[in-house]
Amino acid sequence: MIAVIDYKAGNLTSVVKALKFLGADDIVVTQKPDDVLRADKVVLPGVGHFQATQLLEDLALTQAVREIAAKGTPFLGICVGLQWLYEGSTEAPNTLGLGHFAGQCERFPAAYEGAELKSPHVGWNSLEDVRADSRLLKDVTPGSFVYYTHSWRAPLGADTAASTMYGGAFTGAVERDNVMGVQFHPEKSAETGLKVLKNFLEL
Amino acid sequence: MLTKRIIACLDVRGGRVVKGIQFVDIIDAGDPAELAHRHAAAGADEIVLLDITATHEGRGTLLETVKRTASQLFVPFTVGGGIRSAEEAAAVFDAGADKVSINSSAVSRPELIGEIGSSFGAQAVIVAIDARRAAGSADPVREAEVYVSGGRKPTGLRVVDWAIEAEARGAGEILLTSMDSDGMRNGFDCELTRAVSEAVQIPVIASGGAGSAAHFAEVFLAGKADAALAASIFHFGVTDSRVLKAEVARAGVPMRLPC
Repeated sequence: MIAVIDYKAGNLTSVVKALKFLGADDIVVTQKPDDVLRADKVVLPGVGHFQATQLLEDLALTQAVREIAAKGTPFLGICVGLQWLYEGSTEAPNTLGLGHFAGQCERFPAAYEGAELKSPHVGWNSLEDVRADSRLLKDVTPGSFVYYTHSWRAPLGADTAASTMYGGAFTGAVERDNVMGVQFHPEKSAETGLKVLKNFLEL
Repeated sequence: MLTKRIIACLDVRGGRVVKGIQFVDIIDAGDPAELAHRHAAAGADEIVLLDITATHEGRGTLLETVKRTASQLFVPFTVGGGIRSAEEAAAVFDAGADKVSINSSAVSRPELIGEIGSSFGAQAVIVAIDARRAAGSADPVREAEVYVSGGRKPTGLRVVDWAIEAEARGAGEILLTSMDSDGMRNGFDCELTRAVSEAVQIPVIASGGAGSAAHFAEVFLAGKADAALAASIFHFGVTDSRVLKAEVARAGVPMRLPC
């Protein structure tokens, strides 16, 4: 069973639709820690404000995710779901992230290398420096395009599985053992995105 | 590198894709779901479905059409037309849209932009602006006026001012349609697009007037558009996105290729 966590941060329809398209038929959209604890895989989607992740703490889902992360259940955070894996975000300084990966998420700068930088970063951008040992990005060629829409971003770190350039490099995908995240929207990234989700389903 | 987007637009009336010239003279161009899939497969970066008669006929968006079109579509999908409330937007998202485009309803009640954004995120709200240059004015671009109800009603609002307000109220993108250029295939209104693009931080999608790859390159380079939208040049097999994008890339614009 795949638990897709619903914490009222945007629309889950597209994520669930893509997982079903790839053959996942046992999907539970849930807010219950018990469902998370008994799931074979867990997906945390989410768009919008980092503040929304406060609900994860309030519903005791943070603790459930800590437990499944420790016991090896594959976990995939998408967009804000990736950001939540870090220590926090300047978007909502009083809301703590999971802290599984080191660092804070920050807003794109208003300018980069002397030129104005539009924000949000919306559109198709390429994945670079794809880590050869990444299971999530297996068979994803460096330079493949994926769809992004976000104003905050996670820093590069030892667990970065692929980076993307926009106002400097940021983490496009992160992976350490069973805990993974993508800043882009795999459910909206055509063939490349479906490949990433398929890799996750096959873990 | 962030690429510029080519967006295929489906103008829908009564469940069929139609195409007009300067917002009138409608002809039939096919089934929405079928065309959306064809465009995505041909390399379109995004699909927009606009229910063009929804507002003035006072009915809701065609949720069934949205649902059918969204199934098995794995590129961003925007739906507009007749969305008057956050509840109606929610129904469109439930049917499978990733973003909604609001136009007349945002002009009559600008709070709607923030209301949809607070539930679904700012990235999910596109404010569409139908613009007509101010003919006879000393500065027809700066004075360009916003029209609503499918281009039927002038509002007295200036396009640039309204774009700035829409951004301040939480719009994620602006979809700017030049009514003067729409359907003419003589090129986008680059001056107007540039004026809006420079006035806001959020992405601007240029629409109206696409006829050739050169027109797209022009609106990206001179018009500073982040994305450009077209309909008829795709529907009748004049070109497909992959061919178009290769040509636009040759003009020096970053494009998602191969796609």
